[in-house]
Amino acid sequence: MPNQQHGIVAHAETEKLNHECVACPFCGLHCDDLTIATTGAGLIVTANGCDRAKAGFERNVPCASPQIGGQDAPLETAIGEAARRLKASRLPLIGGLGTDVEGMRALLAMADKAGAVVDHVLSTALYRNTGVLQTKGWFMSTLTETRNRADLLIVVGSDLSKEHPRFYERIASPADVMFESTSGQRTVVLIGCGAGAATKVTGERIGKVLDVACEPADIPVLLGALRALLKGVPHAAPPPAGVSEAMLAEIAELCRKASYGVVVWAPQALSFPGADLAVQIISDIVRDMNKTTRFAGLSLGGNDGVASAASVCSWQSGYPLRVSFASGAPEYDPYRFDIARMLAEGEGDLLVWVSTFTPDAGPPATDLPTIVIGTPGLALSRTPDVFIPVGTPGLDHGGRLVRCDGVVSLPLRGVRAGQHPRLIDVAAGIEAAL
Amino acid sequence: MLIKLKGGRVYDPANGVDGEVRDIYVRDGRIVAADQSAKVDAEYDVTGRVVMAGAIDPHTHIGGGKMTIARMMLPEDHRGDEIHRTALTRSATGFAVPSTLAAGYRYAEMGYTAGFEPAMLPANARQAHMEMGDTPMIDKGAFVMLGSDDFLLRQMAARQDFEAIKDYIAWTMHAAQAIAVKVVNPGGISAFKFNQRKLDLDESHAHYGVTPRDVLRTLSRGLKELGVTHPLHVHGCNLGVPGNVSTTLDTIRAMEGLPVHLTHIQFHSYGTEGDQKFSSGAAQVAELINQHANISIDVGQILFGQTCTASGDSMRQYGNTKSAHPKKWVVMDIECDAGCGVVPMKYKDKSFVNALQWAIGLEIFLLVDDPWRVFLTTDHPNGAPFTTYPHLIRLLMDKGFRRDMMQKIHPDAQKASILASLDREYTLYDIAIMTRAGPARSLGLADRGHLAPGAWGDITVYKDDADRERMFTTPEYVFKNGELIVRDGRIVKVVQGATHVARPDYDRNIEKSLQSYFSKYHTVSLQNFKVHDDEIIEHDKGSIVVQPTGARV
Ligand code: SF4
Ligand SMILES: [Zn+2]
Repeated sequence: MPNQQHGIVAHAETEKLNHECVACPFCGLHCDDLTIATTGAGLIVTANGCDRAKAGFERNVPCASPQIGGQDAPLETAIGEAARRLKASRLPLIGGLGTDVEGMRALLAMADKAGAVVDHVLSTALYRNTGVLQTKGWFMSTLTETRNRADLLIVVGSDLSKEHPRFYERIASPADVMFESTSGQRTVVLIGCGAGAATKVTGERIGKVLDVACEPADIPVLLGALRALLKGVPHAAPPPAGVSEAMLAEIAELCRKASYGVVVWAPQALSFPGADLAVQIISDIVRDMNKTTRFAGLSLGGNDGVASAASVCSWQSGYPLRVSFASGAPEYDPYRFDIARMLAEGEGDLLVWVSTFTPDAGPPATDLPTIVIGTPGLALSRTPDVFIPVGTPGLDHGGRLVRCDGVVSLPLRGVRAGQHPRLIDVAAGIEAAL
Repeated sequence: MLIKLKGGRVYDPANGVDGEVRDIYVRDGRIVAADQSAKVDAEYDVTGRVVMAGAIDPHTHIGGGKMTIARMMLPEDHRGDEIHRTALTRSATGFAVPSTLAAGYRYAEMGYTAGFEPAMLPANARQAHMEMGDTPMIDKGAFVMLGSDDFLLRQMAARQDFEAIKDYIAWTMHAAQAIAVKVVNPGGISAFKFNQRKLDLDESHAHYGVTPRDVLRTLSRGLKELGVTHPLHVHGCNLGVPGNVSTTLDTIRAMEGLPVHLTHIQFHSYGTEGDQKFSSGAAQVAELINQHANISIDVGQILFGQTCTASGDSMRQYGNTKSAHPKKWVVMDIECDAGCGVVPMKYKDKSFVNALQWAIGLEIFLLVDDPWRVFLTTDHPNGAPFTTYPHLIRLLMDKGFRRDMMQKIHPDAQKASILASLDREYTLYDIAIMTRAGPARSLGLADRGHLAPGAWGDITVYKDDADRERMFTTPEYVFKNGELIVRDGRIVKVVQGATHVARPDYDRNIEKSLQSYFSKYHTVSLQNFKVHDDEIIEHDKGSIVVQPTGARV
């Protein structure tokens, strides 16, 4: 059951405290070097957080009550009403899934019992990768490995400063690195990252920055031409407008000379048609390069808990999201169980939307009855049928998050007096009442 | 609560009990001495049944990133292998790479009450424990991987004081919540990051200058001096490479009496004779093992069909990608810590190489004399999924069945193997050693794997059946801590097993050098790198059992 005591205890322990080595839940890098001060007025990031982290930690979260049909209701009643609606639903859709490992565990137990479909708010981005993983696989690196070893970084289609603000500071240009090959400066190649992205690629360890401008939609063609050049086979299509053969040849030469090249992309940023093709060619290039030197890919997804959601769903059900439990056993179909598509085509009869980290990830517009379990202040286009405010993992209470590389996970701590129940208690309460 | 199992034929090798008819009493979870006067709350008449301790799998890849990569990559593995939700159990899927829930349920239904994840990367330890936390029914534990991590290689290259190396080994076991230490392709995972494509026993790492021999001896000696019960768990050099039998023989000799457990040795027992330049090295390996009491092994038997290989050995798995079936694979370099390689594989009885691999595994089982030093594994899922164990047991116990199976394999493999000439049949007592008493003793599980008073009531009861595969597939009763959890192969109660760890002493000063290393190079802070007890206890709703460790020397 929701445990209001939890927050109070945390408050007594954390008053006026400076918390060090706090892990940040606000993007998939999950930096854990933040210092957070708990003050009467709220949280303050006093060391190492980027603007995105500051916005997340320092947001003034209003105190909110559970509501049924827009009217305040006791928590127990709201949980009961949510359970009643889930029970009556023939095909509930549980979307958003912006939570941590523990939250996802609780939601999957609930979804299994309710016979629901589960999908994450960012799974369209995730699926740019998943299709490649399930077709040919890939060769990947992780943050610490890249930080210490990469002498060439090729960033594709992504202005990392927006979604993963500290990538250049912490991974591309750290003060110390372990290996001689990288103790000098690193070369960074930007491919179709947009105007202005190059100006953000700064740091003492950043050497030459080669900014290859092209339209996002041309990225697959450019990568295809680069791959052909690296393989020494003629390429069918010429490089896209504005990219010279000489420039391609320069990138190819950098690749050949690299002792550990890492190709970086943020799947969320690859929002052009054929983006999965770009990911496919990236992993083909990495595969080809590994025949002679060392290369790896690095995908910077993982925002809004999507890496945790996909991992937990995979280890518990076998499948990385877009799973239906309606038949009593997990069924996987990345097309059919895409909740955005289902809503658009009138499938499902109840939407349960979960977002515990960011107020921006509100539920999509829909006529379906809606239960929202989320952080107070969550963007809502209309009043949900049931609203249950919950705390944020890593701010109001503990938990764990899986990082963008899918290898490392970070422990989260409660750093303030939570006013709201934990998602895991709410979901367990609903599950118990089903 | 006192329960009585009446009249079973008990096989309890740890206590020298070989099929004697005995009553077993369990009070409040633990086995107690017979007490005729006490009131029995529940009695099970198991007259004529075979009674053993719950089985223990000492090497099964059940938790951690590479398994979840395999699950994500292979939806085709799961389709058609669904487990439907019941009033008691959750829904789940998976065949070769089952979901955590499926793994827990199936192990229990097969009479297993514990399984140990053998390749937990320190950097991935938290996730490994989360996955094991979502593996119900059985006890678990994990072996933490060292030997290609830059911290140890730096210590060795700098010829640091051996005590500091021991402190680091022990610290890592604590931080990762491990019960033992495994080394995988010693130094080789790191060497691959420097573009070395092979690293033989005495070949130098291009950057650190250390050799696999140095790494093996350092870790083995370190663990021995730390008093850790399970010896260094070794996945040696040159996995899967024809001719690697000579490396394996050299590895055994290189240990000079230091204790090691050589895992999935089948994959390391290949010669280069014959037209196909691929032959069995089983006889040579078994002979040397028989002569060296410091060596224990598990086999990593392959069985025919679709499976998926998953290993920390990025170097060798990259080499194996050419055999991927279906044609997809994942290899990773990980966190200045280790790596991984996930390569799906289909073993075919009509393939000469696969058929001979099958025969080599069985030859090793039958040629190594001492069942206390051989554990029954398929290196799940590398050789085959763990659900094939009953079939494997029948192959070992029934030479007629073995001969029949052998008729089906590639004819040249039949000719190239001495298997047909091996008449040995494992007894129920031998099977109880290999699947219970041996692993428990080797891992240092003080009160599991046997049935003497004081042991936990993990008990499996089988109907005796000449078809050993059928017998071991569906036990009649399985008890966990004295509670009936499985009846006639169906789960009747869901429980959450414990996590077993070992915590050798270390000097906390090692954290000074670790602190500086972490803050300079790592992307995770030292404090957050450690998996804390309350994560397992509160978040995973589990419990921790600290197994005894000997005195440090
Ligand atoms: S980069 Fe991401 S994880 Fe790091 S502080 Fe900023 S928002 Fe948080
Ligand atoms: Zn293994």
